[in-house]
Amino acid sequence: MLDDFFIRALIAGVGLAITVGPLGCFVVWRRMAYFGDTMAHSALLGVALSLLLDLNLMVSVFLVAALVSLLLLALQKRGGLSTDALLGILSHSSLSIGLVIVAFMTWVRIDLVGFLFGDILAVSEADIDIVWGGGILVLMALVMLWRPLLAATVNPEIAEAEGLKPERSRLFFMLLMALVIAIAMKIVGILLITSLLIIPAATARRFSASPEIMAVFASLIGAVSVVGGLFGSLHFDTPSGPSIVVAALVIFVLSLLPFGRRGRDGTPFSPPGGHH
Amino acid sequence: MSETDAPLHTAPSPGPAGTRATPARAASDALVTLREVGIRRSGRWLVRGVDFSVSRGEIVTLIGPNGSGKSTTAKTAIGVLKPDEGRVEKIGGLKVGYVPQKLSIDWTLPLTVERLMTLTGPLKSAEISEALSSTGILHLARAEVQHLSGGEFQRALLARAIARRPDLLVLDEPVQGVDFSGEIALYDLIKTIRNRTGCGILLISHDLHVVMAETDTVICLNGHVCCRGTPQAVSQSPEYQRLFGVKAAQTLAVYNHDHDHTHLPDGRVLHADGSLTDHCHPEDGHHPDDRHPDQHREHDTAVADHVHDDSCGCGHSQIRLKRLEPGKRDRA
Repeated sequence: MLDDFFIRALIAGVGLAITVGPLGCFVVWRRMAYFGDTMAHSALLGVALSLLLDLNLMVSVFLVAALVSLLLLALQKRGGLSTDALLGILSHSSLSIGLVIVAFMTWVRIDLVGFLFGDILAVSEADIDIVWGGGILVLMALVMLWRPLLAATVNPEIAEAEGLKPERSRLFFMLLMALVIAIAMKIVGILLITSLLIIPAATARRFSASPEIMAVFASLIGAVSVVGGLFGSLHFDTPSGPSIVVAALVIFVLSLLPFGRRGRDGTPFSPPGGHH
Repeated sequence: MSETDAPLHTAPSPGPAGTRATPARAASDALVTLREVGIRRSGRWLVRGVDFSVSRGEIVTLIGPNGSGKSTTAKTAIGVLKPDEGRVEKIGGLKVGYVPQKLSIDWTLPLTVERLMTLTGPLKSAEISEALSSTGILHLARAEVQHLSGGEFQRALLARAIARRPDLLVLDEPVQGVDFSGEIALYDLIKTIRNRTGCGILLISHDLHVVMAETDTVICLNGHVCCRGTPQAVSQSPEYQRLFGVKAAQTLAVYNHDHDHTHLPDGRVLHADGSLTDHCHPEDGHHPDDRHPDQHREHDTAVADHVHDDSCGCGHSQIRLKRLEPGKRDRA
């Protein structure tokens, strides 16, 4: 029953989930869910450009995602339209430009569904190396950035006043997001990356007494979701990426049931990502 | 900034009776100095020509009406905002502790008071406990910050800022939401911190009466520096009588005392006599108020000329006013 490709999918998926857990916490804390979505959607433009210019796929996706986030920063500084509107423009226009470019390239055939929803069962050993290598890189960078990034999340002015350079941590954070999106695209797909960032982190919140614990829990919950989703997809013959997201959602819904430490004190649950 | 400010500004402060060896006022001791600082946003000057310094062991209080640029000035002093005009000089390696005016922490971030303490740098647990007990919230160490009341949260923020033993403590309305007795205690604490550590303190407050008692220099802002001085000098001046001899609102008089001119969006100043200048120096002769101090008569006659007691009915808190009398200032 357990073939090599399935084992590879498990190893890659769990590696990815562990990587995105802490990053997803910051996405939730900083209310950047829609921002993550925008960066992920721009990945399709990265795919198209990689085909057009014959670039490495991951490098191209990383560069486009990083570029879009910098563009957003510049537009925000300029003022005028709200971040909400800017994200909407960037998100869907980059996705659409990507699709249009792909349509013009009649000489290439690409598996669009694979890019949009992921193709974890096609993961190669080289992909596993990239997921784990990149994941360790991202996590190490996060550990080093942790204090300034957390301080900037709580209040950028305190961070700036007390010498922690919040602008720099914000920039690094965006680069890490771009990197994770480049890594994750193949596994859960462009449209589902944000859910793997947000749902485990949101689930972890109720059981966490500190930001650090929440980051670890988010990784673990993400890993459980990947394993559950993959077995579910094998058992029910469903697409792997959406199955992982459904598994994460099931755990989230279970966590809402009235039990546990925080369930009794009546703390209302405010859905993350509800505010952009 | 202006010549007429000088007599107030250079008035000698009383020798401190406590642990503070010398009143740190020498320019060489300045932790941070603002020189003709201006901040411009969307074509409008939020503040302009702001000129002051905070020295070791000195408490400087910024007062002024809403939108007068108090927070903007404080943020510029600590580098959160970059001046569009003028410059800010800081000593090297200046360690700042900052309590912002507004801070809301998203519910999704699990943060206990204890964890908040080490937000911007590591601390020993003894240092954390000490800071929390001095602000009276040691029992809340393990509480989540989102569950604190406004006053408790303000104490937690103050504890966080002092726990890191800063050279310069910048407190933007640090006692908002704190009840009256707690307010007095926190101002006492701020004074104690200054005396014990010799740090400089830049304070923003609406609560002039209590603040005035512990402050070395008061700076009144209204888009620029309106007036400044030690509370002693100010309290003996006729201006002070105008500032505090107000029946309606204790703070309103301060805010009204010098508004004989308007700051235009382009940074120029429209005076009451209809003239325009680049700055609003009182000696430039555009200030009718300087020549006609009786403009504030309605404030003066009400309360300025009597001793405040329970029966005077002017609404002034006797406790607070006592704290303002220069002779009774307790700086130990």
